[in-house]
Amino acid sequence: MKKVITAVVAFVIVALMALGYMQASHHSSQAAGKLDPKELIFEHLGDAYGWEVPFSHELRIPLPVIVQDYAGSWHCFMSCRVQGGAEYEGFRIAEGGDHSGKIVGTDGQGNEYRPLDLSITKDAAGIFIAALLVICMVMKVRNWYKKNGLKAPRKGTAALEVCVDFVYNDTIRPIMGKDAPKYGPYLLTVFFFILTMNLLGLTVIFPGGANLTGNLAVTMTLAVCTFLVTNLTGTREYWKEIFWPDVPVALKAPVPLMPIIELFGIFTKPVALMIRLFANMMGGHMVVIVFTLLIFIFGAYGVVIGSATAVFSLAFSLFMLLLDTLVSFIQAYVFTILSTMFISMAHVHHHEMQPEQSDNK
Amino acid sequence: MELFMPEFGLVFWMFLAFVGLYVILAKAAWPFIIKSMETRADLIDKGVAYAQEAKSHLDNAKAEADKVIAEAQKQQADILRDAAKMKSQIIEEAKGQAAVEAKKVTDAAQLAIEQARKESERQLRQEVGAYALQIAEKVIRHNMEGDDAQQALVDKLLNEVETKN
Repeated sequence: MKKVITAVVAFVIVALMALGYMQASHHSSQAAGKLDPKELIFEHLGDAYGWEVPFSHELRIPLPVIVQDYAGSWHCFMSCRVQGGAEYEGFRIAEGGDHSGKIVGTDGQGNEYRPLDLSITKDAAGIFIAALLVICMVMKVRNWYKKNGLKAPRKGTAALEVCVDFVYNDTIRPIMGKDAPKYGPYLLTVFFFILTMNLLGLTVIFPGGANLTGNLAVTMTLAVCTFLVTNLTGTREYWKEIFWPDVPVALKAPVPLMPIIELFGIFTKPVALMIRLFANMMGGHMVVIVFTLLIFIFGAYGVVIGSATAVFSLAFSLFMLLLDTLVSFIQAYVFTILSTMFISMAHVHHHEMQPEQSDNK
Repeated sequence: MELFMPEFGLVFWMFLAFVGLYVILAKAAWPFIIKSMETRADLIDKGVAYAQEAKSHLDNAKAEADKVIAEAQKQQADILRDAAKMKSQIIEEAKGQAAVEAKKVTDAAQLAIEQARKESERQLRQEVGAYALQIAEKVIRHNMEGDDAQQALVDKLLNEVETKN
């Protein structure tokens, strides 16, 4: 019975997803006269001021817009005020131009400008939802231990505990050693936050649907946090390894070749973190959307071709969604393990680096 | 392209959310969860070690019990063998005693026979003596009648005695 219900729910979700995409493309093709896949893809991957509702392209869940105009005064209103090209308190959503899809205002001279925008956009709201979910999940595990002492947890709590155990005991601890309790909380938070955001991004309807980790701003913030933790807690030996590494003097004395490379390394590491997570998640989302759009692209050539494509497209997007679920876990884990390694590399100690020399002394 | 240009607003909220999340979880949850998991891991390790020890104890006890049982079985076999030996010994002894008894009985019987024989000899001698006296009496009476006649009489009497015996 349970299996039947699960299958029905899965089918309904898939159908909703397909219908949602269909609606979206239908409306956009109506508006533009013809299908514009590129615009559609970036609209779905990008941020927005309201949250889409299934089956409707116009209806949005309103979200607060917070902007500071050129004069320095703050404006706060719901996004439904500027929906559909409307103007409110001198602000509107730009259509086309440099700031397409963003809130723009008009200054005293009548020029269009981009105000300081701290709106709770779809992605920002998604981030808060993800953070709340992580807090709920982790607190559930904590409360289990508070209430049941050392009894083995069950069901969801146990699944979470497996993740905590895998990330902390099997990854962070072997790499960090005695520093693990100090940086474990940060790395565990990173792992669960990224994982939740990844999975929320794959969910098609309301609490999800925002392409969170496929947005460069999100991954950049995470990478900057790791960068800060790495470099602000780095030991003297870490900095010595960067500016005066253990290489022949010719490589560092007249022309500081190695120090320059090492210095670049400091910045390439977080950039790699940022791009890896972003590209993986965005790529997955994009492929799913492209597969779905194929139905409408081929649908233009006739009903039969469109229907035949629909079968393949749905099968492939389902496969891609499943693959993305796997990728969600893998990328969250990769980000965590790399952060762990970067932080632990910044905590080298002299005796760990040169055991032979210290032995000789 | 908007997707590749990080929005300041989003970075701001993301940073706020992430730092807030970290502060809350690092204060309230992670250290406690990690500590609890470590405590439980220790408990399980200790439990496993204890169970292994208990198992080795049990194995030892079992080996000991097996040894005792084997010893008991050996003793039982010994006792049975001894018993069998004793049985045959007892039978042998009984047989020997019986033989001795039988010999005693036979000896007694022989003695009795001997006595009876001696008795009968004695009786025979008395009877023979009596006959001899009678014969002598008759011979002396016959002496008076002639020598030949005496000799014939003695022969005749002796023949009589022989046939009597």
